[in-house]
Amino acid sequence: MNEFLTLMKSELVISIIIFLLLFIKIGKGMSNSSLLILVQGLLLANFIVGFFAVEEGVLFGGLYKTNLLIAYQKSLLNLAVFLISLLFADWFKTTNHLAEFFILMLSALLGMFFLISSGNLLMFYLSLELATIPVAAMANFDLQKRESSEAAVKMILTSAFSSGILLFGISLVYGTTGTISFDLMPSLVNTSPLQVMAFIFLFAAFAFKLSIVPFHLWTADVYQGSPMPTAAFLSVISKGAFAFVFITALYKVFQPLHAVWYNLIMLLSILTMIVGNLFALRQQNIKRFLAFSSIAQVGFILVGISSNSSAGIASVVYFVLIYIFSNLAAFGVASVIASQANKELISDYKGLYQTNPFISWMMALALFSLAGIPPTAGFFGKLFLITAGAEQANYLFVLVVALNLVVSLYYYLKIVRAIFMDKNEQPVKKLALSFSVKLGLIICAAGIVLTGLFSWIYDYISSLS
Amino acid sequence: MNLLSLILVPLVTAIAVLLMRNKTQVRWTAFAGAAIQLALAVGLLCAYRTARLNGATEQMLFEQQYKWFPGWNISFHLGVDGISIAMILLTSFVVIAGILVSWNIEKMTKEFYFLLVLLSLGAYGFFISLDLFVLFFFLEIAVIPKYLLIGIWGSGKKEYAANKLALLLMFGSALVLVGMLGIYFGNGVKTFDLMTLSKIHIPAEVQKICFPLLFVGFGIFTALFPFHTWVPDGHSSAPTAGSMFLAGISMKLGGYGCLRVATWLMPEAAKEYANIIIVLAAIAILYGAFATMMQKDFKYINAYSSVSHCGFVLLGIGMLTKTAMVGAVMQMVSHGLMTALFFAVIGMIYERTHTRQVDEMGGLLKVTPFISTVLFIVGLCSLGLPGLSGFVAEMTIFMGSWQNANAFHRIATIVACMSIVVTAVYILRAIGKVAMGPLKMGYENIKDAAWNERLATIILIAGILAIGLAPFWLNDLVSPGAEIIMQKISTAK
Repeated sequence: MNEFLTLMKSELVISIIIFLLLFIKIGKGMSNSSLLILVQGLLLANFIVGFFAVEEGVLFGGLYKTNLLIAYQKSLLNLAVFLISLLFADWFKTTNHLAEFFILMLSALLGMFFLISSGNLLMFYLSLELATIPVAAMANFDLQKRESSEAAVKMILTSAFSSGILLFGISLVYGTTGTISFDLMPSLVNTSPLQVMAFIFLFAAFAFKLSIVPFHLWTADVYQGSPMPTAAFLSVISKGAFAFVFITALYKVFQPLHAVWYNLIMLLSILTMIVGNLFALRQQNIKRFLAFSSIAQVGFILVGISSNSSAGIASVVYFVLIYIFSNLAAFGVASVIASQANKELISDYKGLYQTNPFISWMMALALFSLAGIPPTAGFFGKLFLITAGAEQANYLFVLVVALNLVVSLYYYLKIVRAIFMDKNEQPVKKLALSFSVKLGLIICAAGIVLTGLFSWIYDYISSLS
Repeated sequence: MNLLSLILVPLVTAIAVLLMRNKTQVRWTAFAGAAIQLALAVGLLCAYRTARLNGATEQMLFEQQYKWFPGWNISFHLGVDGISIAMILLTSFVVIAGILVSWNIEKMTKEFYFLLVLLSLGAYGFFISLDLFVLFFFLEIAVIPKYLLIGIWGSGKKEYAANKLALLLMFGSALVLVGMLGIYFGNGVKTFDLMTLSKIHIPAEVQKICFPLLFVGFGIFTALFPFHTWVPDGHSSAPTAGSMFLAGISMKLGGYGCLRVATWLMPEAAKEYANIIIVLAAIAILYGAFATMMQKDFKYINAYSSVSHCGFVLLGIGMLTKTAMVGAVMQMVSHGLMTALFFAVIGMIYERTHTRQVDEMGGLLKVTPFISTVLFIVGLCSLGLPGLSGFVAEMTIFMGSWQNANAFHRIATIVACMSIVVTAVYILRAIGKVAMGPLKMGYENIKDAAWNERLATIILIAGILAIGLAPFWLNDLVSPGAEIIMQKISTAK
């Protein structure tokens, strides 16, 4: 019992918050702002608690396992949800169903926690569904907008489709290996055609979740239609969690198939990067833009995954940490502008610096970090991913990846140019930033600047992996 | 002497600039920071000379090493030799002059100075780092300030120029990155440390791939033909101080990188590719000079002549003799000072006449004797008049080139020499039109240089004269560093 409490404490706290919100909702209710403060406080508490008394262990006969790295990954995701609760305060305050939104978001987060900790295929599948279905409901939360429902339908259909593929893959894996336990699987997996096919099905399901090209088609539409916090959740937390699981699955469970997945990852990473970059070049809507930029970023994550070493794990976790700060800051600024001035086009950002210098700098910092320009942390994140991937790769692969950095700089600079250089007769009016948005942006900015320069953060992650 | 102060002073200055409340405070803070930095640079030179006279024989002095990402074997390793000190001195001269010249910037003053200081921080860090990763870090720090400086405060088709510059330089960085990783994984010990790398032998097949990547990557920064196209657009669209920093400092990052990283670490490949470098450099020298002849815009004249002059740097490196290499470093310093001064003068003239078209100006010597005199000095330096720094540097490169006793090198040298004639044509024509002749209508009431402009030009002229009249100190400073690089090359197969 005691072991259960310590090992599963993050999941327990999140479950308690969910039930608390449920009781508040069916009880007297609460004003949006006090509810928000309550959730923020609890999430912060869970984040802090996540660093104490972390132990390794296995529960329920191998169904659930945890270790220091997994606990750290959960803390990162928890931090990201905390930042979302700060950054999107403007949107949260206007919605009528705040408690439901958080119940759904935290359920998805809970699903991701179980996903990262899952020790066999059954648990894996269940938690994956738990991590996906609430997000589709979250996508539908701009109730008066048609695009929002459209986004939710697209999301649920593609998720169902990918779940189907995943289940088929799982059944084949079980059929050929006779086990669903991740620990037993590596010794039973081999390169027989049926198993390779099963692996490809599993791989495709992951590719759907991570929006790896050619499974990315849902991404931009869903981002554009859904409310900002949902889009941010999808692009940061969902991507992060699935990247963590993906890397464990490839490195541990499917290590015998390394020869198969190595080439696949390399090919897809280049493809993902190029497609993400080229489509991002032409986007006018900031959400679609961030969608394609996040596809390109996944391409870079795949470079790190291709390394098949502990450096690969460390660089991916490190990158996700930086990506949380950078992408959430970008989404946060976009959300402030979208909810206060009702503007979502990149051309609306022209002349923003004249009226709103603070959020302009925050946006610029976030974009530089996404582009990988020093001294922001994005530089270190990208560089370590590439270094990890370069160990096994050839010059051509590294060169293509490096050139993609140049292309991505072009479109990130497009926004910087609109904000700082282009003239606009009617720029966005002066926006009032609430305290929590300011705090969230400052935390993100501090993260963007310091995560890179303080090398012990990387050392710590590296010591865990 | 603690080298960290060279990075910390600009860092503190940048933060202080952001905290200042009004424009006057911002200006004086930036100026104070630059002045301290200049004093530090001169102090560093003195400390270095004293240490050497006292018999310090290590290759790098004032070395410092801190752990930074030990998992990747990266360390924050700093140290200087004569070449780095020459570049640091150059940077501090250009920075203080650039800050003085921009005294009248009214648009977003705080941001302007912040970016200038950030750019200088990148340059200082680059010149003192002895770890490839740290070097690359500082190289890229400087990209964004350049982009914003041109894009926000520039003129003409500034967005286009800013984009072109940022993307081409980023392309250069991408090549450097690939080359850097190639060395990291190809050397057997997985280290970015320059000192360690210089002691081990990098396998020939790795050199064969990484040398071109690194040389071209750094070369883009220093206008290597055919990647020079960002230079004219970038320089002419930038604000005055931006052009000064770009041509005076930023282009030198590339030359220094070619020498310190590519040539030093990979001598065999340097030998193999030297002829290609020489051909490209000769093309840049001649093409740049002829392209300058056709320009009507004063800034374009200086920008294209920068392509030509920076070609000499690469020519000096490609010749692979010690004298030519010393000449290349001298040319970097000389061109940095000279071109910064040139851009400063052009900026001053533009502020008064509101035109940069050479044909629209005339007779300025009568109303602005000080500015026009400076224009003469810098023009004569550019065309290589003895007594000024340009002559010393170019002469040294030619001497070094001639030491290669074969037809190819001789022809290349002669071709490069021919550009001097062309240079004389375009410089004298431009200066003549601007300063001499009858005074054009509308320019009767323009004022001569203000105190800040005088101070800026005097600082830069002092540098030019110090090299032109007494070149031996720079020669003594740079020679040991070049000697070490040459030793590696002569022992290489």
